[in-house]
Amino acid sequence: MADTSIEHIQKVITESLVTFGADPDAISRDAQLEALDVDSLDLAELSQIIEEQFGVELTSNDVAEIKTVGDAIDMVAERAK
Amino acid sequence: MNEVVVTGLGAVTPLGIGAATLHERWAAGVSGIEDGEGACRDFVASDHFSVKQARRADRFAQLVLVAAQEALADAGWEDELPYAATEIGAIVGTGIGGIGTIEANDRALFEQGPKHVSPLAVPLMMGNAGAAAVSMRHGLRGPSYGVVSACAAGTHAIGSAMRAIQYGDATAVLAGGTEASLTPLSRAAFVAVDALSPTGISRPFDLRRDGFVMGEGAGVLVLESGEAARARGARILAVLRGYGATSDAHHITAPPSDGSGAARAITRALADADITPDQLVYVNAHGTSTPINDRAETAALKSALGDRAYKLPISSTKSAIGHLLGAAGAVEAVATILALRNRTIPPTLGLEEPDPELDLDYVPLVSRELVVEDGQLLAAISNSFGFGGHNAVLCLEAT
Repeated sequence: MADTSIEHIQKVITESLVTFGADPDAISRDAQLEALDVDSLDLAELSQIIEEQFGVELTSNDVAEIKTVGDAIDMVAERAK
Repeated sequence: MNEVVVTGLGAVTPLGIGAATLHERWAAGVSGIEDGEGACRDFVASDHFSVKQARRADRFAQLVLVAAQEALADAGWEDELPYAATEIGAIVGTGIGGIGTIEANDRALFEQGPKHVSPLAVPLMMGNAGAAAVSMRHGLRGPSYGVVSACAAGTHAIGSAMRAIQYGDATAVLAGGTEASLTPLSRAAFVAVDALSPTGISRPFDLRRDGFVMGEGAGVLVLESGEAARARGARILAVLRGYGATSDAHHITAPPSDGSGAARAITRALADADITPDQLVYVNAHGTSTPINDRAETAALKSALGDRAYKLPISSTKSAIGHLLGAAGAVEAVATILALRNRTIPPTLGLEEPDPELDLDYVPLVSRELVVEDGQLLAAISNSFGFGGHNAVLCLEAT
């Protein structure tokens, strides 16, 4: 069973964004993805990682609703319940 | 028609980063080939790109971005574009495209399944990714596209850019070629088709030549309308005087032994340049070090240039860096311009045992000073031929 604690979800998402090239110091729950230079291709990669790690499938409509890092964490946490 | 001039040069090759490095090391007789391959060992992506930039470009696009940056700075464009962005294009040839990306994603597909294929696979592997990268990096909004014609792609890209400027489709174009195909599939495939040298030695025109040595790299020329370049007071390195392109329609991997398709391309390039064979002072040969190319190219030079073929210095850049496939023509155009401007013909390295059937002057082993009489043009041709029977030739005059 995957660890679906909010802490672990936050860790996976943060690490993914750093891998994509986002500034680690700029990443916070409130940080806007656009300000982190995270674009649609990064979100497509993030969706793959989330599905693999947590078994949560995000549709393109779901992804379109994600504006901040916190949005992503909360959405995954909610769906992974 | 608009005259087309060269105002900037850039290259990343197995001899190092930079166009001048290519010329200086090759002229000094240095080879960039190690362990049977011409890898760009001095190129480290993190020296040039942020994490994000590097992830968004296959190595073949990274190489051309670095060459383009150098060419653009060389042309004095570093601070701002000299023309409206809509009047500047990017045309970049490649033989294969992002094969490293294709192979990595193919492994992910078979080992882990389709959901492990990256969303970046398409934008990284597509053959036009080099042109797209250059256009986006520098905000060039004129015509941009990739050119795919195997080992003639770099030359076709430059020829196509020349035509775009002549016709007025663009005032300037960053034109070149790029390749990063030192990968397991690419190596195995070229071995399978019996094109690579089993000894790993590039020795064009030598009796013992046994195939080409694969290399990687990129070359870029800044081409501008001569009128526009002069109006902005640009330093003009060369005039791109002529371009000729033909096809063999003969065999997918072999030229006809008489080199007739290549000869027609040379003749067309000279006619386009309004130059006679007697006005040429140098030939940068395709010179792959395969038995068949070097024989057919020699025949082509004789039939296109007549007696002049015997009096011209001819050398092969591939002897020093290997065969850069779709980048070869662009890197060799850079090398040709620098040979003319420096009055130094770099040698055909490895040519120690002449093939008695190949009786032209291939400038073996040691550089030669290019002595030009008063009034003589500094004009040369650069040849490129590709699998598929594609032949492309540029005629360049250094200023």
